[in-house]
Amino acid sequence: MSNAIIELNNITKKFDGETVLDNITLSVMKNEFVTLLGPSGCGKTTTLRIIGGFETPDEGKIYFDGNLINEVPPFKRQLNTVFQKYALFPHMNVFENIAFGLRIKKMDEQLINSKVEKILELFNLKNFGKRRIDQLSGGQQQRIAIARALVNEPKVLLLDEPLGALDLKLRKEMQHELKAMQKQLGITFIYVTHDQEEALTMSDTIVVMNEGIIQQMGPPMDIYNEPKNAFVADFIGESNILDGIMHKDYLVEFLGKKFECLDYGFGKGEKVDVVIRPEDLELKPAGKSKLEGKVKSVIFKGVHYEMQIVVNGYEFLVQSTDMATVGTTVGLTLTPDDIHIMKKEVIL
Amino acid sequence: MVIFIVFPCLLVVLYSITTKDSNGLTTIHFTLESFKKFFDPLYMNILWDSIFLAALSTAICLFLGYPAAFIISKANISIRSTILFLCILPMWMNMLLRTYAWMTILGNNGIINNILSFFGLPRLNLLYTRGATIMGMVYNFLPFMILPIYTALSKMDTGILEAADDLGANKLIEFKKIILPLSMPGVISGIVMVFMPAVSTFIIPQLLGGNKSMMIGNLIEKLFILNGDWNFGSAISIIMMVIILISMAIMNKFDVDKEGGARLW
Amino acid sequence: MVKKHLSRIYMGIIFIFLYAPIIVLAVFSFNESKSRGNWTGFSFKWYLELFRDNDIRSAFYYTILIAITSAIISTILGTLAAIGINGMKGKKKSIALNINYLPVVNPDIVTGISLMILYISFGISFGFKTILISHIVFNTPYVILSVLPKLKQLDVNMTEAAMDLGATPTYALRKVIIPEIKPGIITGFLMAFTLSIDDFIISYFTKGEGVTNLSIVIYSMARRGVRPTINALSTILLIVVLLLMLLTNKRSNAIEKSKKSGKSNLVICQEKKINKIKRID
Repeated sequence: MSNAIIELNNITKKFDGETVLDNITLSVMKNEFVTLLGPSGCGKTTTLRIIGGFETPDEGKIYFDGNLINEVPPFKRQLNTVFQKYALFPHMNVFENIAFGLRIKKMDEQLINSKVEKILELFNLKNFGKRRIDQLSGGQQQRIAIARALVNEPKVLLLDEPLGALDLKLRKEMQHELKAMQKQLGITFIYVTHDQEEALTMSDTIVVMNEGIIQQMGPPMDIYNEPKNAFVADFIGESNILDGIMHKDYLVEFLGKKFECLDYGFGKGEKVDVVIRPEDLELKPAGKSKLEGKVKSVIFKGVHYEMQIVVNGYEFLVQSTDMATVGTTVGLTLTPDDIHIMKKEVIL
Repeated sequence: MVIFIVFPCLLVVLYSITTKDSNGLTTIHFTLESFKKFFDPLYMNILWDSIFLAALSTAICLFLGYPAAFIISKANISIRSTILFLCILPMWMNMLLRTYAWMTILGNNGIINNILSFFGLPRLNLLYTRGATIMGMVYNFLPFMILPIYTALSKMDTGILEAADDLGANKLIEFKKIILPLSMPGVISGIVMVFMPAVSTFIIPQLLGGNKSMMIGNLIEKLFILNGDWNFGSAISIIMMVIILISMAIMNKFDVDKEGGARLW
Repeated sequence: MVKKHLSRIYMGIIFIFLYAPIIVLAVFSFNESKSRGNWTGFSFKWYLELFRDNDIRSAFYYTILIAITSAIISTILGTLAAIGINGMKGKKKSIALNINYLPVVNPDIVTGISLMILYISFGISFGFKTILISHIVFNTPYVILSVLPKLKQLDVNMTEAAMDLGATPTYALRKVIIPEIKPGIITGFLMAFTLSIDDFIISYFTKGEGVTNLSIVIYSMARRGVRPTINALSTILLIVVLLLMLLTNKRSNAIEKSKKSGKSNLVICQEKKINKIKRID
């Protein structure tokens, strides 16, 4: 038996003639924290809703624990969803909201009581049971929404950008809490967000999506260090993307200079995209490097300096703890490891 | 769900088709005959009369109602709800009773005449006149004019007036160029809410106007109940509906114009 | 300040205009004689005659019966319809909405006549059921008018959240949606009830033998001339209406603290009427 708890095979979904999901195939492993990452409109929420049962795919099959669930309505699926706007029931208090799912299962009243109390404690919301929803802060509401879902002990938890409405500090706290909770409870989390930092922080696997197609899927390190195409490179972290030509394996030319690199398998003289991370570029005094340019701007960001340096007409974004002065000429060096080559984006 | 929506719809659609059928079904060749009948001067008079009386009543309501709405909007918040409550209360009273009340006042043995005769003045023939009909309509529909205008005025941001003050406008200019245009949507609502029932009412002219003012409403009722002439009656109903739709369309046009770009006159 | 006094005087005149007739009626309901001009003495005689009058008693009975029954049925129909319409999209939805508001926009007399024609064409005999159906027909749109906005305010994910937690659609309806839209349902019910009690024209055209309502009785009595029993009736109605309005105002003040205008539900419904008309056109 495979370790996959959810499998999507060739899922296609159209809305009003527009293709929102194009032949999506992916597998989610048990106890995994998977994030669907992408810009607005890429199809990540639609994918989540299809898994949850709120949308039906036009084509393709969904499997839950090996069973086909295309026709199964949401109230029969063994997963629970945390909605973006929480969707708490305003006319019920906190206790009733959390107990909702348990009551439907016709659980014994005492058992419901203990489960709800336990989860309230877990979320640091002891004694909140009688409170009304409109008396809670955003962060509290969000935790209640998660609690309401988790108390049903689903095998899979779906989260649709749950941290969007929180302030930065609270968001970061919750990110850590959610990750810890997932490990502790041993539940599979499928998380949707457009915030790449969030994805990198929490996930075991990231699925990068754009325009209804999966661009790349893998662990955060791979996605960050080895982006497969310009979109992923651009979306994850900051990147400098330039035009280049692969002369032969391990040798690329850009900005008029040849560099050694670690990529191979491209055609001779093939036009490629070259991706260089801003933090990989090192500042050197002028005259000692292949790349040399004038400093256009310098911004102090606390963690590092962010600089724009123009080399042969191309504006590099450089992040470094070294500082350069505006208007001076500096050199930039990088190692072959820092150069990532990818196939040119086909622009239709 | 669908059944519950379609059922009332069917009824509605059915009866609208039925109305038309009454015109055409029995005498298919003369579909427009009923309509043609209507263009006889006798009936045209009634039509113009109805529109005229309704328009006049609407104008009077506007004339009386606007200042009232204005005053209410300026009043203290605590008094405001009480005043509004008092304005709304008559609306809840049965319309017949309100109309009947005027019969009491205007009749030959009514209050006014009794007071007059008390002072030795001659009795006036107030009831069963066109004036009585107008009085009845204004009385019944005045609150319908006050309320929308009040709503529009109360929603106005007083900050705008302060800005105008700051820019040197006096009260008259303020009113003409700011308050009036901004209250237009309310005015238009009020006009629609008064004109529509006024033009189609038949109780008021029946009880207060007698034979002196026959309006479309009376005519339709008479045709259906007394004469049994459905074809003609339906034709007139349709004409009345058309009038109302046209006046609503005109109103909408004004509304859009003024809301889109406040014309300064 | 002159202005303030002018305003006060003006409003005073308006109020006198609005209330004088009603007060006159009330005062003369206690008058000994039939005359509307001369006061001959204080008496409850007309009230007694009112209670003894069979026509009025039967009319009263029917008025209340029809009002309550049609209000209950319209509320149920209207609420379900509103939920259905809310789930629709696009063209279908606007068609449904426009058809729904047809009775609202049409003058009463046209609605009344159309229904009358409908019944006769289908050979339905006039009587209690025709007047009841007519009331349901013109009440339901107003119920929908009250419930729909509440539905729109509902979080779109609410039903989904309920289903996600294991609720069947019916369970979700019962436990989640209906409690949320309860204020709208209650307003709708009150509106339907009020409109029903007050209705004259539509009832006039669609009633049958033996069934009548208060407005119609008043009309026939008024046509024959003035009868002081009507005065008595109107005084009673005035008091009832006053009490009802105080009650609903208290309720709406308690529930919706933001509404400082103190508008009654009927007024809100009239205003909505206008807005719907504008949207249709």
